[in-house]
Amino acid sequence: MIDYKAVGLKVGLEVHRQLDTSKKLFCDCPTEAVEGGKVVEFRRYLREAQSELGTVDPAAIFEAKKRKEIIYQANTGNVCLVEMDEEPPHPINREAVEVALIASLLMNATPVDEVHVMRKIVIDGSNTTGFQRTCIIAVGGSVRAGEKEIPIQTITLEEDAARIVEARRREAVYDLSRLGVPLIEISTAPVIQSPEEAVKAAKAIGDILRATGKVKRGLGTVRQDLNISISGGALTEIKGVQELELIAKVVENEVKRQLHLLDIAEELRRRGVRESDLVFSPVDVTEVFRNTGSKVVKRKLAESARVFALRLPRFAGLLSLEKWPGIRLGAELAAHAKAWGDVEGIFHTDELPAYGISAEEVEEIRKALECGADDAAVLVVSDEHSAMDALKAVLERAKEAIRGVPEETRAARPDGTTTYMRPRPGAARMYPETDIPPMTITQEYIESLRSRLPPTLEETAKRLQQKYNLSKQLVQQLIDQEVNDVFERIVEKYGVQPSVVAATLTETLTSLRREGVAVDELPTSLFEELFQLLKEGVFAKEAIRDILAWAAANRGRSVMDAVNALNVRAPPREELEKAIDELIAKNQEMLNDKKIVSRLMGDLMKVYRGRVDGAVLNRLLMERIEAARARG
Amino acid sequence: MSQLQGYSGKAKQLLERAGVKIGDEIRVVSGKGEMRGILMARYELAEPDYIVIKLRNGYNVGIRVADGVKVEKIADAEAPAFRPPPPPAMKPNLPRVAIVSTGGTIASRVDYRTGGVRAALSAADLLSIVPELADIAQISAEILFSVYSENLTISHWRAMAEKVNDLIRSGEDGVVIAHGTDTMGYTAAALSFALQNPPIPVVLVGAQRSSDRPSSDAATNLIAAVDTAANAPFGEVVVCMHKWHSDDTIAIHRGVRVVKLHTSSRDAFKSINAEPLAFRTKAGLVINDNRFNKRGSDNYQFSPTFDDRAMLVKFYPGMPPETLQILREKLRIRGFILEGTGLGHVSSSFIPVARQLVEEGVFIGMTSQCKFGRVNMYVYDNGRDLMRAGITPLDDMLAETALVKLMWSLGKLGENADREAVAELMTRNLVGEMNNRSMPTGW
Repeated sequence: MIDYKAVGLKVGLEVHRQLDTSKKLFCDCPTEAVEGGKVVEFRRYLREAQSELGTVDPAAIFEAKKRKEIIYQANTGNVCLVEMDEEPPHPINREAVEVALIASLLMNATPVDEVHVMRKIVIDGSNTTGFQRTCIIAVGGSVRAGEKEIPIQTITLEEDAARIVEARRREAVYDLSRLGVPLIEISTAPVIQSPEEAVKAAKAIGDILRATGKVKRGLGTVRQDLNISISGGALTEIKGVQELELIAKVVENEVKRQLHLLDIAEELRRRGVRESDLVFSPVDVTEVFRNTGSKVVKRKLAESARVFALRLPRFAGLLSLEKWPGIRLGAELAAHAKAWGDVEGIFHTDELPAYGISAEEVEEIRKALECGADDAAVLVVSDEHSAMDALKAVLERAKEAIRGVPEETRAARPDGTTTYMRPRPGAARMYPETDIPPMTITQEYIESLRSRLPPTLEETAKRLQQKYNLSKQLVQQLIDQEVNDVFERIVEKYGVQPSVVAATLTETLTSLRREGVAVDELPTSLFEELFQLLKEGVFAKEAIRDILAWAAANRGRSVMDAVNALNVRAPPREELEKAIDELIAKNQEMLNDKKIVSRLMGDLMKVYRGRVDGAVLNRLLMERIEAARARG
Repeated sequence: MSQLQGYSGKAKQLLERAGVKIGDEIRVVSGKGEMRGILMARYELAEPDYIVIKLRNGYNVGIRVADGVKVEKIADAEAPAFRPPPPPAMKPNLPRVAIVSTGGTIASRVDYRTGGVRAALSAADLLSIVPELADIAQISAEILFSVYSENLTISHWRAMAEKVNDLIRSGEDGVVIAHGTDTMGYTAAALSFALQNPPIPVVLVGAQRSSDRPSSDAATNLIAAVDTAANAPFGEVVVCMHKWHSDDTIAIHRGVRVVKLHTSSRDAFKSINAEPLAFRTKAGLVINDNRFNKRGSDNYQFSPTFDDRAMLVKFYPGMPPETLQILREKLRIRGFILEGTGLGHVSSSFIPVARQLVEEGVFIGMTSQCKFGRVNMYVYDNGRDLMRAGITPLDDMLAETALVKLMWSLGKLGENADREAVAELMTRNLVGEMNNRSMPTGW
């Protein structure tokens, strides 16, 4: 168990969430995904304008070095010339500004008097312009994480970036549909001191954003970045944590990683390793592998790759040293090699012999590099140019290991571990977006927004409980699963029994999800159709589960299609009455028996389960029995 | 530049009292709290009474100057330490290309501290920003003037033509003219007539996205333009701009055939009634039309005189024919280019006016607002009547090119030129502005 106070943990959060506005931030395209539609594909290069200051930004060099040809896919259903960077941006979307202002007021932040849109340089291709448009809406304010007040630094509104489809060797493919969707970003001060507190703060921010009623939900609509440091360590920026639950894990892993790197630095210093000992003198050891049994190496050699090795003096044993699972210096070296060198990975002597590489081969490499017993060696199998880049990156990273923890930007993986992405950018390279005039925020406007702030999620929960007579638990599920809005709209619009709608949106969906049914991709409109038809008696509520499963497997088809395909359509009333009458006639002898209802009900359910609501059937059966008795 | 550029009213007073200037680090205290940052210039068009500062995180915000707002100076502006990377060395074996700047910024640097954008002015500057150029040619660069292209006049055309003529005489292998895109088509036509059959390529180039942004088309267009100037096999005046939305193909248009057809897109320039002369792709220059004046040919004719007493008039239904008379009287117009409908028509109510103007010696030429295709005034009665009144059909010439050619013809033939001489010159193909064969397009 780590004592987070003792290690001096400091975490700052940046919570990003897409806004559910009708239009994008700087054009009139819809923010919804479209299926089908005409797709235009075009190619671009990006080159950063030189900075007047002549300063060199490490992150910019990194991207420039990897300069790629960028292929953009534009679906004309939700992309226009603005996202293609072929038309100047339209004025900022007022609806989005209003949502951001409401969120700001809910956090007691202070809106700025005048909003200035900036261009923040991003040249990895995710923005067609080469910059992201962003603006500060408010500063200050706070959220409550348990007992602790977490100060907010800034609330910004920015355009979401394009989604990467494929990263090829010299090309990157991006889909422009997401580019320009309004994104709100809440940045906290770096005062969070434990993984649990980070989760609470993120949840508190998320709850406030949801209270605006104008945020998108579902996969990819939320992204959390974490700025993490410990005493003696360094500020690490971790990008793209999608799930709330993962935050604690990521923080914990980062603390472990920094502690591990500090231990290694101490050990290296103890061994007396100095940066000047680390010399770039790679050796071509391809000959060693002429008759190798390693399939991986063989395959690469067949593609005319070569094998290069680099000595890391007195690093033996430290590359594979693993105090916590997955946290090894070797993994850091490999990630740097891949990021800078365009190689598939590295081998190092701490983990060899393995991968079909024999002990003899390792020995020959050691000999070629004149390795001592406590030296390690790193191998790269690639073309010479990439291999040199990769080994240089390995050497630089190894030097940093002597110093301790390097500042860097890392990407979160779904399992809560992180991997090296790029160096941390210097001071943000920002300049004004001169195509968009500043927007003034008057005091009157702020006051009018303040006077009609939406209820918090807690207040909404209380109201739903009372109004629809639902259990606290069920309401909490509706809210946690972000379906309370849909729930209310459907109940109000179609007058379906609230408990049925609530149970469908929570329990039924959860259980289907567990079975791997892709219910999260079902559009809201499908649920509307579902409950409308249910209300009209087209099918019985027992069929809901099967209908949803069918609809998830048959995207784009309607609920009516599902009803027909599953054969769950309720028979017309006359047919039902006739069937009941025939059944009663067959059981004439039981007519005055009290058990006749339950007995016949069983028979009827066998035939009509899922097609006719049990209660409806029961009511009808009683009616027909009464009628039969009356006839005598 | 004023020390408080863009500020007025209360904001200006407050800043003056505090003794601060743009670029200083300041503290602004208001009822809402305190903000620190660098004082930025203000757009003149924005609301008065706001102070704009750049916060430490790089963002700008505007602060309303209400009663009780205080401004304090924390530190003086830092002068930007400008350290451009060294330009690559010139390679002596490469062709010589001169880059002449007339406006717009084909390459620039950004000062992220103030948001200022500074144009690259010298050849060294240009090369340090677009180092690829050093692999194509030995570059020299100069600024002829710096004018928004909508403010250019015939005197600028003349100055450009004379500059290019000097560069031809001094042995350059090609000339590139950096130009604002709005009227680049007109200038291209003007230079085509002023510098007929030049021995080297004369390449106009511009950008639809400003050069301070990473996605600018300036560098790709410029690289293609320099390559064309250095290596193209033709001696022609051309325009070099994106073919489509992609950066990988640049179209090289004949100067008399090209027009700007889109307000903002990279592929705004299109050849009309002709195919582009060439393209520059990743594989290099690809000639698309073999009819051109060869590089090094000796039939060069330099004639840079224009007379701007010519006018382009777009006809529309219901247009009063007296318009022409009034223009003639007010502006002493010597010739009109009509942009008529369809095959080359204006209302028959123009016939008496046209007849009278022609009798007075005014040239009236007919082009079509259809842009694509050729005028033919024999097909309908009205067309024949218009011709009988003295209107001259101008074939498949672009209206803009016809106007420029008329200005040039009037200049060339002089004050006393008679209408027939003008008409003769106008209907004779000089540099590819007319062609008797119409081709299908868009395949």
